[in-house]
Amino acid sequence: MTRWLPRTYLALVYLLVYLPILVLVVFSFNESRTGYSWEGLSLRWYESLFNNRAMVGAMWNSLWLALSAATVSTVIGGLTALALHRYRFRGKKLLNGMLFVVMMSPEIVLAISLLALFLLVGLQLGYVSLLLAHVTFCLPFVVITVMARLSGFDDSLPEAARDLGASDFTMTRTVLIPVIMPALLAGWLLGFTLSLDDVVVSTFVSGPSYEILPLRIYSMVRVGLKPEVNALGTLLLVFSLVMLMLSQWILIRSKR
Amino acid sequence: MKKTLLSLKNVSKAFAGKTVLDSLDLDILDGEFITLLGPSGCGKTTLLRLMAGFEQPDVGSVTLSGHDITHTPPEYRPLNTVFQNYALFPHMSVYDNVAYGLKMEKRPKGEIRQRVDEVLAMVQLQDFARRKPHQLSGGQQQRVAIARAVVKRPQLLLLDEPLSALDYKLRRTMQVELKRLQRELGITFVFVTHDQEEALSMSDRVVVLKEGEVQQLGTPREIYERPANLFTARFVGETNLFPGYLDSVAADTITVDILGVSRKLQKPAFAVRNGEQVNVLLRPEDIRVLAPEDEHGLPGKIVERNYKGSTLDSVIHLEDGTEVLASEFFDEDDPTFDYKLGEPVRVSWVDGWEWLLPVELEPVAEEAEGLVADA
Repeated sequence: MTRWLPRTYLALVYLLVYLPILVLVVFSFNESRTGYSWEGLSLRWYESLFNNRAMVGAMWNSLWLALSAATVSTVIGGLTALALHRYRFRGKKLLNGMLFVVMMSPEIVLAISLLALFLLVGLQLGYVSLLLAHVTFCLPFVVITVMARLSGFDDSLPEAARDLGASDFTMTRTVLIPVIMPALLAGWLLGFTLSLDDVVVSTFVSGPSYEILPLRIYSMVRVGLKPEVNALGTLLLVFSLVMLMLSQWILIRSKR
Repeated sequence: MKKTLLSLKNVSKAFAGKTVLDSLDLDILDGEFITLLGPSGCGKTTLLRLMAGFEQPDVGSVTLSGHDITHTPPEYRPLNTVFQNYALFPHMSVYDNVAYGLKMEKRPKGEIRQRVDEVLAMVQLQDFARRKPHQLSGGQQQRVAIARAVVKRPQLLLLDEPLSALDYKLRRTMQVELKRLQRELGITFVFVTHDQEEALSMSDRVVVLKEGEVQQLGTPREIYERPANLFTARFVGETNLFPGYLDSVAADTITVDILGVSRKLQKPAFAVRNGEQVNVLLRPEDIRVLAPEDEHGLPGKIVERNYKGSTLDSVIHLEDGTEVLASEFFDEDDPTFDYKLGEPVRVSWVDGWEWLLPVELEPVAEEAEGLVADA
């Protein structure tokens, strides 16, 4: 009696979380046009998805944007974390706090302020504005991930490298970066996923010249959902599962 | 006469206004095993970091074989460090850790391989070359750290409390190992420790430090038998301290009244005058515990006996309350050897085994520090 209660509760929770996803995956293979009844196994929606030029284009745009935003924010964020860890300087606490402000502030506020900024400086809305916006909200996550790794970092390692004849630059390249690499990768993956499924900020700062996937799907939903979206959802699910496994594998491999 | 390898002149260093080293002079001789000994916070690690180049002195200079290296960055100094926590690169194998320094020198691959294999064999880790540091025991990691530092054939090896993380038995083994390495390599070792036993057993010379100042510099025997001041006497080993009053001063002997007993002692190196007070120092192993009916010595009674295997340690309270520590080797032929607790005895020592020091004005804090360091 006391045993099945928590188990049922747990099962219910999982069911609630995963059932919609399962339905999405199953219905992506459904022959039916409406998507409310099962009419047999088919790959037609996958086919139609790949034939949908606008959709595939938006997907590539999104992937490219996520890739570049994650990379840029990892470079800037990694260097920021290193500076915050290594140096004492005026305004260090302020800089640290500002990162949290970006992370904590509502996305809509960030979106509006970025849009206002871009309009003010006369930046054409498109890839560049999207990239700048995405880097902005990815940055604190990268910095925090890398800082966490650095807090457990043995400060005598750089000294040991210098002692053995490495210049500051060589030490950074051969010791510091390899040791914090797992955190850099984790930060990159985090940035990648954040960028890939962002809707709110992207809605404000994207222009007609550069359409990205979440916005494309959102606009499709409004005119009527096609089962193509199920197929796309399934592909994205598989993709994120692979990414997740990859990041876990990197973390496990780097565990000491 | 050995020549000076590394020389520190008038070196001072302060962190955030707190003086850590105070106009310190130190010459390290070529090929010696020198130990920097002192309680925590005495500046010994800072001194080592100045030699390695991780810190720069506020005042003064560091010279290596006649070249001023005061402001030379660590990578350009021909000396290497073994860190307290080993500081092995976690992402590299044992082989790559050891090869790191040679790669930095851009040595040819063949030479690197040969020298790394050689040094790994020397520390008996040739079978562990492919392992990562976290797959090794503490003692093995320690040996990798040493191998990584000596593979570059430095003129000077700096060791920052390298054995403090090891258990007692392993520590002992590593002490012997380090001595052997030092003999084989002929490299000068600068060893930092707060463990006086380690310092005495390993070093050619010991530098006793307190609050950034050298208290004494000498061979382990000099440090132990002829301490320069009360701090050294208390920090290095156990010591009994008796107040002595000078009754008369002759050409090379003095007569001293020690707790009511008059003894004729050798005249010390420092100036003494009639009526003055001196400190009479005796190590526990210099104390003889005599039967109560003996006419020599000071009367007291046994309050504690500790069997230590090769020795029998006693604590004796003298009549005026002074506590005396005695450490005696077993003498099975002596019927009076085994005293019971509370039994009256007399304590004495062989003339000439005592060591005299002038009376110092000592702040109260010093005693507390000495006690902490002994623990």
